[in-house]
Amino acid sequence: MNDVAKQTDGRNQPTLPIYLDYQATTPTDPRVVAAMLPYFTEKFGNPHSTSHSHGREAAAAVEAARHQVARLIGADEREIVFTSGATESNNLAIKGALRFKGETRRRVVTYVTEHKCVLESARRLGEEGVEVVLLPVSPDGLVDLDLLARTLDERPTTLVSVMAANNEIGVVQPLAEIGALCRARGVLFHSDAAQAVGKVPIDVEAMKIDLLSISGHKIYGPKGIGALYLRRRPRVRLEPLFDGGAQERGIRSGTLAPPLCVALGEACAIAGAEMAAEAARLRQLRDRFYRGLTRAVPEVVLNGDPEHRLPGNLNIGFPGIDGQALLAELPELSLSLGSACTSAAVEPSYVLKALGLPDALANGSIRIGLGRFTSEADVDFAVDRLTSAVRRLRGAAPSA
Amino acid sequence: MRRPTYLDYNATAPVRPAVATAMADALATVGNPSSVHGFGRAARARLETAREQVAALVGARPAQVVFTSGGTEANNLALTGAGRERVFVTAVEHDSVLKATAAETIPVDRSGVVDLGALERLLAARPAPALVAVMLANNETGVVQPVAEAAHIAHEQSALLHCDAVQAAGKMAVDSAALGADLMTLSAHKLGGPAGVGALIVADHVHLAAQQRGGGQERGRRAGTENLAGIVGFGVAAEIAAAELGAMAAIADLRDDLERRAMAAVSGAILFGREARRLPNTSCLALPGVTSELQVMALDLAGVAVSAGSACSSGKLQPSHVLRAMGADATTAASAIRISLGWRSTADDVDRFLEAWCALAARSGAVGRLTAA
Repeated sequence: MNDVAKQTDGRNQPTLPIYLDYQATTPTDPRVVAAMLPYFTEKFGNPHSTSHSHGREAAAAVEAARHQVARLIGADEREIVFTSGATESNNLAIKGALRFKGETRRRVVTYVTEHKCVLESARRLGEEGVEVVLLPVSPDGLVDLDLLARTLDERPTTLVSVMAANNEIGVVQPLAEIGALCRARGVLFHSDAAQAVGKVPIDVEAMKIDLLSISGHKIYGPKGIGALYLRRRPRVRLEPLFDGGAQERGIRSGTLAPPLCVALGEACAIAGAEMAAEAARLRQLRDRFYRGLTRAVPEVVLNGDPEHRLPGNLNIGFPGIDGQALLAELPELSLSLGSACTSAAVEPSYVLKALGLPDALANGSIRIGLGRFTSEADVDFAVDRLTSAVRRLRGAAPSA
Repeated sequence: MRRPTYLDYNATAPVRPAVATAMADALATVGNPSSVHGFGRAARARLETAREQVAALVGARPAQVVFTSGGTEANNLALTGAGRERVFVTAVEHDSVLKATAAETIPVDRSGVVDLGALERLLAARPAPALVAVMLANNETGVVQPVAEAAHIAHEQSALLHCDAVQAAGKMAVDSAALGADLMTLSAHKLGGPAGVGALIVADHVHLAAQQRGGGQERGRRAGTENLAGIVGFGVAAEIAAAELGAMAAIADLRDDLERRAMAAVSGAILFGREARRLPNTSCLALPGVTSELQVMALDLAGVAVSAGSACSSGKLQPSHVLRAMGADATTAASAIRISLGWRSTADDVDRFLEAWCALAARSGAVGRLTAA
């Protein structure tokens, strides 16, 4: 457990409002901030200016960070490309693989519950003449492996993209099984692991992953940095999204930001060292939350598989209640209905709809994200407030 | 040991202390600007303040600012996102413009200034929806282009004008509307902000197709959770740069002094772009007979950081395409270095550079007679 969490645990009263939206973004860990700050000021060199000492100092820091990122996922540092975030990584992986000259299969298979940036990248490729197959998931949110195998056996496919853990329902996919299935058919396997890296163990070798997207700000690093793992053996080839100074071995042009790279490296190192303990703690908090809630409130639905799930995620439906109205009752809790990108939208979550939830229940579901700095006191307070709010709303609702 | 003298501001500039403080403050908060709860709204407010600050630096309106991961992404977004059939770029553009898309080249004259007559002829030759890219100031020579005139010519032919103002912003007054730029690229780390952030200024009438797609951030023009702390830093840096443009006069004095003494000391030295209007902070000097790499290495050993052309290509050995386009032969181009000053540069830095560079010139003996510095 880290210092900040210890401090929060020591308090009787949580600081309000309580942040329960760790899937939207996480606070930057103070250790990460401390590691990155010197690279803004005294160590400010351009890492590509290797002809002088300022540049070499920055370049060395970037390479050390690359090593830290690689280590967390069992990769080689030469397989890590720094990007501006998971959205760019996903765009680069999917568009890059399909647009690569010489790629003749021109078919991509992905899932309806993927993040918007995966779906939009695929849609864009569809406009370019690529065959895009969008598969459904099971009602528990998990991939149907037989369906995937059958789909891949229909026609030669370039790439399969499956997110490691869902951003709304936290469901963790059977990556090793999917990887084996793709590898056996010579299909590239990309995984958007923005929500999973640092939370659950990921090993690109054991899971036979060819491309993997990583986000900084989902793992207690800053926004504006991410990475793409790109397999070297056998080598995965990509068409870059944009061109210029040919940094990152020509895959991703643009001056690297050393403070951001250092931050991502540090965030990965911390996650690697603390993942097991943190996951155990969060699982306990999450179960405490769910237990507390189900004891106090009847008719609560847990969306998504209860077992194969991120340690810090709950997605809960309250039949008969409108999610917006529920959030309005909870000014002391920072929660969301689903993905932050679409928070302002009024339509029900497409992820929950894909599980087969009727509109009413999808509209009455909220996402609860617990993380590194969530305390037991936070959870107890949140359960208490949530319980009262649900009772108020149900009491106020006209009886059916 | 003294901290090395840093004269490579066009590669990257040290972050201003107030910028670092603002970023540290932003990093200590939590919130995704797209989230609707209080943390998200607070993050959104910081983002919008920065948008106003960046817009103000170049006379734009906040709604015209699209934040990106840097100048390279912004240049690529402009050239591909505008979706024009023909694209014209000057021969001295940054690689991120030259390589963004298939383009026709507009030549420059010996002083590095774009040939406007040639631009006019190219545009008139075959009418088609076009985009013309003319950078405001060159990263290697500091030569300032007649962007307003180029925009006028472009607009006469219904073409859009894109202006890469990455090196100019913060070093000279920039007004995107007065220049007639339909699209303008900015980078934070060239003006005292952090690396990893840039912006594309998009005029209201320009339809821009997003290249990076996903959550619909930046009003659908650039998806991805915004680099909040970086953008906050960019905003503060833009505000300081705008307020301190007057300090550029002192930097121009230092630079002019450096050039005068360098040219007086080394008789065969060449100063690129000296006939043209240039940025106040940049010198591109050639020492014929001594390769750029050797000069940069010798200066590095003497504790002075300069570069051989742009930073992106500093690992490569090809002579600068900018100097070649200005008519320099390959050997001369391969003996040029760039010295670029900034907000922390001092007269002592200039002295240290001259001492080391003149000593190298004397040792090499390749440039004929040396006069006293």
